[in-house]
Amino acid sequence: MNSPNRYTSTAIALHWLAALLIFSAFPLGLYVHEMALSPLKLKLLSYHKWLGVTIFLLTVARIAWRATHTPPPLAATIPLWQQQVAHVLHLLLYILLLLIPLSGWLMSSAKGFPVVYLGLVQLPDLVDKDKLLGDLLAEVHKLLNFGLLALVGMHIGAALKHHFIERDDTLRRMLPILGRNGS
Amino acid sequence: MSHVRHYLSLSAGLLLIALSCAAAAVEFNRVQMNKSALTFAYTQMNVPMEGSFRSFKADIAFDPAWLDAARAQFDIRLASIDTGNRESDDEVAGKAWFNTGAFPVARFVSTGVRALGGNRYEVSGKLTLKGRTRDVSAPFTFRRQGALGVFEGAFTLKRLDYAIGEGAWADVSAVADEVRIKFHVVAE
Repeated sequence: MNSPNRYTSTAIALHWLAALLIFSAFPLGLYVHEMALSPLKLKLLSYHKWLGVTIFLLTVARIAWRATHTPPPLAATIPLWQQQVAHVLHLLLYILLLLIPLSGWLMSSAKGFPVVYLGLVQLPDLVDKDKLLGDLLAEVHKLLNFGLLALVGMHIGAALKHHFIERDDTLRRMLPILGRNGS
Repeated sequence: MSHVRHYLSLSAGLLLIALSCAAAAVEFNRVQMNKSALTFAYTQMNVPMEGSFRSFKADIAFDPAWLDAARAQFDIRLASIDTGNRESDDEVAGKAWFNTGAFPVARFVSTGVRALGGNRYEVSGKLTLKGRTRDVSAPFTFRRQGALGVFEGAFTLKRLDYAIGEGAWADVSAVADEVRIKFHVVAE
């Protein structure tokens, strides 16, 4: 099933699920931040936190996959420095996908709102309630997200450049359907 | 005539009992506000939240040996609420919640106290909140700490019984209907 120049179905499924969740959690966070207090805001804010916890867990699973598998090689036509940059960007993406939910969790604790995952599992408060710390963590959460926005932009830009300009199989390795037609 | 005599001796007997009780037992009736607290707990999207009222007045008289005379009155300044979050504090002062402009004070007046055995008791009374009065009762414990009496109790009310959180806020899937009220009163 998994040809050598494609990611495994597991890796592909986890990647696109993560993409879907990130593309839900990010705008939801921006939107909720601007909302006045209302029951809807409380609900959306909870959904945002649940998405964040899920992304964290998913990222741990993806790192575990990565640690036990060798990703399909990049096309030999790609210069080494570009391959190295790609490697560093992927590493940074993983780090942010762990740090962003973590900063959100800590911010919730510091602001005095424990996180109850899916309304079922209460996460421990790793820090005590502290308004200044809460404001600081909110700033950290925001900055990390802007970092993520920039990295995801580069990630998508590079994938599209390889697919449409260089016409190599970089993107196809990660596509769920088109990959089978490729090279 | 025997009726009257009987009545008189009964009255004298009751008076004697009452006097001896008053002499033997201690009535706790001076509340130490700095040691007392009125807090509440509720859930919001299943997230447990806590808060308190910083300003309230408690007037009690309690003698475990003479429960018929026990009474309690609480006057709670609703604007003194501390939900733990300023945005929420401002929100709950508004018309949809407490409407503190029109109803600044919540009042509990006891109608009776009964023993539940051991150091456990139950106070019943009327709670008036936002112009609505409902019967409530709260079990509590009483223990002596030197010269002080410590009362600790709690009960659950439904906020919608008092129209606390109207309109969109009546949605109990966001903020639960049940609010647990806890009191810790220290009196001499």
